[in-house]
Amino acid sequence: MLNINNLHVKLEEEEKQILKGVNLDVPAGQVHAIMGPNGSGKSTLSYVLSGRDGYEVTDGSATLEGEDLLEMEPEERASAGLFLAFQYPVEIPGVGNMTFLRTATNAQRKARGEEELSAADFLKQIREKAKSLKIDADMLKRPVNVGFSGGEKKRNEILQMAMLEPKMCILDETDSGLDVDAMKLVAEGVNALRSEGRSFLVITHYQRLLDHIKPDVVHIMADGKIVKTGGPELALEVENNGYADLLSEVA
Amino acid sequence: MALPQSKVDETTARIEGLTLPDGAVWANAARTSALGRLQEMGLPGRRDEYWRFTRPEGLNAVEAAPAAILKSDEPPMFDGIDRLKIVFRDGEFDAEASDELALEGLEIERLVDATSTDIHWAKEIFGALEARGQTPVARPFAALNTAFASEGIVIRATKKVSKPISLIYLHESEVSDAMLHFVIRVETGADLTVLENGPAAARFNKCMEVEIADGGAFHHVRAQGRDHERQAVTHIFAKLGAESVFKSFTLTVNGRLTRNEAVIEMTGDDGVAHIAGAALGDGDFHHDDTVFVTHDALNGESRQVFKKVLRNGAVGAFQGKILVKEGAQKTDGYQISQSLLLDEDAQFLAKPELEIYADDVACSHGSTSGAIDDGALFYLRARGIPKGIAQDLLTLSFLAEAIDEIEDEAIAADILGRLEGWLSRRRDG
Ligand SMILES: Nc1ncnc2c1ncn2[C@@H]1O[C@H](COP(=O)(O)OP(=O)(O)OP(=O)(O)O)[C@@H](O)[C@H]1O
Ligand SMILES: [Mg+2]
Repeated sequence: MLNINNLHVKLEEEEKQILKGVNLDVPAGQVHAIMGPNGSGKSTLSYVLSGRDGYEVTDGSATLEGEDLLEMEPEERASAGLFLAFQYPVEIPGVGNMTFLRTATNAQRKARGEEELSAADFLKQIREKAKSLKIDADMLKRPVNVGFSGGEKKRNEILQMAMLEPKMCILDETDSGLDVDAMKLVAEGVNALRSEGRSFLVITHYQRLLDHIKPDVVHIMADGKIVKTGGPELALEVENNGYADLLSEVA
Repeated sequence: MALPQSKVDETTARIEGLTLPDGAVWANAARTSALGRLQEMGLPGRRDEYWRFTRPEGLNAVEAAPAAILKSDEPPMFDGIDRLKIVFRDGEFDAEASDELALEGLEIERLVDATSTDIHWAKEIFGALEARGQTPVARPFAALNTAFASEGIVIRATKKVSKPISLIYLHESEVSDAMLHFVIRVETGADLTVLENGPAAARFNKCMEVEIADGGAFHHVRAQGRDHERQAVTHIFAKLGAESVFKSFTLTVNGRLTRNEAVIEMTGDDGVAHIAGAALGDGDFHHDDTVFVTHDALNGESRQVFKKVLRNGAVGAFQGKILVKEGAQKTDGYQISQSLLLDEDAQFLAKPELEIYADDVACSHGSTSGAIDDGALFYLRARGIPKGIAQDLLTLSFLAEAIDEIEDEAIAADILGRLEGWLSRRRDG
């Protein structure tokens, strides 16, 4: 599904290398987790994959189902099936959550040559999905993320993911700021979407999320590289011992 | 204070070819006195305090500069709204195209007819509100209008009027130079909506005097056409009684020069005055909102909400004042003027002013100028919304606070449709 090969990225504005040769393959149907110290480049990786400005790829490649992601506009990547649940979802005053989601859903369908969802079908779907994430009608009507609590913002990200039905979902610290119940809701939302044709890359600092969303593979990222890859037990090791031992081991 | 000779000359030249309309004694007196005011203050110059942002030359010129006529592919404005239509072609009343001037709860007639009638209610307002509005800031084009405009409509609403009065200004001659004058009185308990739309002429000077009695309500929505080269100077003078409501919204897209002045005076307690505008300009566009709100009564609420979207050399200006007179306690005054600059060539000039002589008031004002937010744009695009559409969504969201000032949903939807049309015609990708 997602293949990242020797990806090197620096900041556009400064001579600062952030990703220093990332190699990562996420096969279809699998859930991979990335853990790693603050500042190691996890969010940068997710931004570069989704096409945010400000970064320059100096070497390497990233493909989604064989298609070169790095050549595409952000909206093309989304229509191709890439989704990023933001670490910090953006507030957009004046744009209603519903309008936003319907515009996005239909823009993606149009880009893929599919028929647009009718207003009625859209409403029906969104109501069902919002309900299972305990997002009330009022939140749907409000401007995108404006005045939402931290946890509400994260649930709103998952609602968008559920509506857009992407193939490759990147979740950047979706668990941070969530209370125990919200974490379960979010995990259920993710698990409900797990399928053979869909993959997940879950960025997290905590083992706890991975209790709910069982990963197939866990990667450790440090200083712009994947330094270790293993099974779910790797996450437990991080939880119990921190990164120091792990990193000295690979150094 | 003697007027500089250049102003005297310019003013003399401007009025030389014009003739004062002849009518009833009271109307002739009002016009003569307006002419006197004009000669005393002279036409505006660049050094006048409220003309620093806007060049008056095109309005001062003896001849109107020609303006091409835009062939619109959109349905007429307010098309779906049941309304009483009054049509002006290049400033000339078109009886044929207009509905019959009659509606329950209304006295409505042409200005020419009203100003030829010896005893008429309009006498108390015609030229009088304009004259009041000349201090402390001179508004020469309004005086010019009172003196020389022969056409227009006078409207007196005595109850809640069942449908809006829709003033339609067609622009058909490339060299037309039109003046229209409106006198409106909303009686106690009455409720009137006036719609205006269209470019009106190559050069248009409009003056509207609105007196709202205690407990009356006046709603006003206008759209100033889409013609690119037209020039317009407009004034609204409103005087509000106790517990009265005044709400005005203006949409301006295109136009080489627009100067919209509003002078609103709250003379009775518990009045509400909201004035809002959305202006979108691309290229040869200069748009100026000059607003003066005076609180001279208790517990008044005023709101000024002005938003401008500018690109490609377009210029926006805002001069807005809230004056709270001594004793106007519990005044709640709000003013916001913002511009969204879609590129580096656009320019926004703002002069917000507060002048407060009462101690128990809540007044706030803010003015900002900025570009589309990159973070928000990326967020929308990351959800699959193409860049152009995402920019337009963010632009509409920027304008939302002004659009929200339109109370009637159908009218607001019409305005929103025009905004979307304007944006989509310029969408890149
Ligand atoms: N636009 C930017 N300008 C300056 N520095 C940046 C920028 N983007 C990223 N960086 C730097 O790159 C490094 C990696 O940041 P990134 O946000 O990817 O880390 P992270 O692994 O997601 O960390 P966290 O766990 O704290 O979320 C950090 O040192 C960060 O300060
Ligand atoms: Mg991060």
